[in-house]
Amino acid sequence: MNLKTWLLAATALGLAGAAHAQSGDDVIKIGVLNDQSGLYADISGQGSVWAARKAVEDFGAAAKGMKVEVIFADHQNKPDVGSNIARQWFDRDNVDLIVDVPTSSVALAVNDVTRQKNKVFINSGAATSDLTGKACSPNTVHWTYDTWALANGTGKAVVQSGGKTWFFLTADYAFGHALERDTKAVVEANGGKVLGAVRTPFPGTDFSSFLLQAQASKAQIIGLANAGGDTINSVKQAEEFGITAGGQNLAALLMFVSDVHALGLKTAQGLIYTDPWYWDQNDNNRAFAKEFAAGNKGSHPGMTHAGVYAGVLHYLKAVEALKKEGKNESDGSVVVAKMKEIPTDDRLFGKGTVRADGRKVHPMYLWEVKKPSESKGPWDYLKLRATIPVDQAFRPLDQGECPLVKKT
Amino acid sequence: MLKTQTPILAESPAAPPKAASTTGRDLMIFGGLLLLLAAAPLVLYPVFLMKVLCFALFALAFNLLIGYVGLLSFGHAMFFGGAAYVSAYTVKAWGWTPELGILAGTACAGVLGAVVGSLAIRRQGIYFAMVTLALAQMFFFFCLQAPFTGGEDGIQGVPRRPILGLIDTTRDINLYFVVLAIFALGFLVIYRTIHSPFGQVLKAIRENEPRAISLGYRTDQYKLLAFVISATLAGLAGATKAVVFQLASLTDVAWQMSGEVVLMTLVGGLGTVFGPIVGAAVIITMQNYLAGFGEWVLVIQGAIFVVVVLLFRRGIVGELAAFLGRRT
Repeated sequence: MNLKTWLLAATALGLAGAAHAQSGDDVIKIGVLNDQSGLYADISGQGSVWAARKAVEDFGAAAKGMKVEVIFADHQNKPDVGSNIARQWFDRDNVDLIVDVPTSSVALAVNDVTRQKNKVFINSGAATSDLTGKACSPNTVHWTYDTWALANGTGKAVVQSGGKTWFFLTADYAFGHALERDTKAVVEANGGKVLGAVRTPFPGTDFSSFLLQAQASKAQIIGLANAGGDTINSVKQAEEFGITAGGQNLAALLMFVSDVHALGLKTAQGLIYTDPWYWDQNDNNRAFAKEFAAGNKGSHPGMTHAGVYAGVLHYLKAVEALKKEGKNESDGSVVVAKMKEIPTDDRLFGKGTVRADGRKVHPMYLWEVKKPSESKGPWDYLKLRATIPVDQAFRPLDQGECPLVKKT
Repeated sequence: MLKTQTPILAESPAAPPKAASTTGRDLMIFGGLLLLLAAAPLVLYPVFLMKVLCFALFALAFNLLIGYVGLLSFGHAMFFGGAAYVSAYTVKAWGWTPELGILAGTACAGVLGAVVGSLAIRRQGIYFAMVTLALAQMFFFFCLQAPFTGGEDGIQGVPRRPILGLIDTTRDINLYFVVLAIFALGFLVIYRTIHSPFGQVLKAIRENEPRAISLGYRTDQYKLLAFVISATLAGLAGATKAVVFQLASLTDVAWQMSGEVVLMTLVGGLGTVFGPIVGAAVIITMQNYLAGFGEWVLVIQGAIFVVVVLLFRRGIVGELAAFLGRRT
């Protein structure tokens, strides 16, 4: 956070207040709600705000006569703060769409509020597969990834390459629980065994006692069911304790390219993880990363930012289509229904669809972190290990217990 | 409600003649405040106002203890958050109506207050504060680990059912007036307590406890009862907040919440009737409108705390009253 960011935030809030009186229905307001200052600020934060603005610009909203405004706020990873902001945005500031929202507990709270107020929620940052499972909503689209996809990608790959016994270090909230649950299922289905798990306070800084428990379990694999700053700290401390040198391997179940950047290749090398979007994957992504870096002090985009971009773009397309049909585009469930109806097509994820349960599906990729000798420079971190095709990447529609999916 | 209360207060045998006139003045101010609050949703966002009211009630309950008995509790979040969890859980999991949920939460806070109070009032000053803080931290970790609280997620999506089967609380404005009524009720209970013979004894204990003992008062019983009333009303505030925000989370039981209520009371004016309301309004407004600064809000709050302590120790309302007192 620098001075400029604060000023922007203050202005955004001021504008939000001022715009209350004037904002009619013809202004589409997009609220980016994420972590602006805490442990998930690097994977979402201002980068997501930039991505949302970029999507509006690339869509050509102004040329099409659509007025689109982007505002943002910091939910501090607390469900009460997040749901308050969401409620206030919907009630008072006429926000139509909330995007991003990392931190599963906050995402589930915002999911509830959005459904009550019948607006639209496109989640990119949070992981819990419950958003399209038990908690699925006609007003929510879950874009980028989820715990099922991560477990299915990383968990399966690790078990198949010989990591049969597991011990979990789990962040003690909705996300960690869901990730542990989904990974455990994958590990056991592939013939592995889970020896135990320990729940760590969220957000944490000192993982030493938990890592020692993991070490004592003598499991081959220590599964890190955490994210962002927690993952960085636990990987670092595992190295300091000589756990990785002692023959146990880490499986970082959720990594972001910014985490690798923070850890450095020396510490992170050899880690395997699942991610649907890497900036150096193809020319389109590289072009996007170049623009992103120019607007974000050289930092490179991660999958969350890409998801925000693609999600906002698809939302605007759905709204445009509804306008042409003369339908009410301020009704959240109608917009989401349209988003499910029209196929997605954007420069970052290519062609895809949004399923009935709100899950956006696309292929997932299994990446390995490069050795320092393989990297050509900053942000050149990953090499592709495997591609998980679109029909296998996400939880099958009929297994999520989502009430929106009609049973045949 | 005011009209029925006033004669009772006027008849109060222990109230000296001078107190009767301040009572009339206070109630007039309160009546004006209620009118203002009743009109406020026309201009301000009702959910924000409800938050202010809940915290004002919480601060009033806290002020009863520190302002009138001289006991600094550093664990009031335990009652506030505990009641929030109970009311959220009963409404969500057991399908109770909000008024029953609020009552259940309030009652639990009262029971918790009796247990904690009977331990804590044996000590004074810093030891009392430390005992309450320690017990509140124990309660915090209980809430973190207990399965029914949902850990870091809290209890989310508490349904807003009709109150008494009549009032549709899904409309914010309806719920606002329910909260306003609860707030007014809480205020009058506290006001009555302060201005009763019981309240006089509490003030005597605050000024000089050994002397109160020498006069034959069992001060421990008085202190315990004051503690229980304070805890119960803090619980009422927490339980109401859970219904308003449809959420009970760890924020409500964390020690920061205990600190925040101290701050509200100090900024508004310790031991004044209206101080906590003003303090709560100031702090909540700051939190709301400075939310863009994220964690820096805490730093700003700290700075304000320092300014208050250095420049106007009696708090906003205390200084105002002193200023008016000098002029007349």
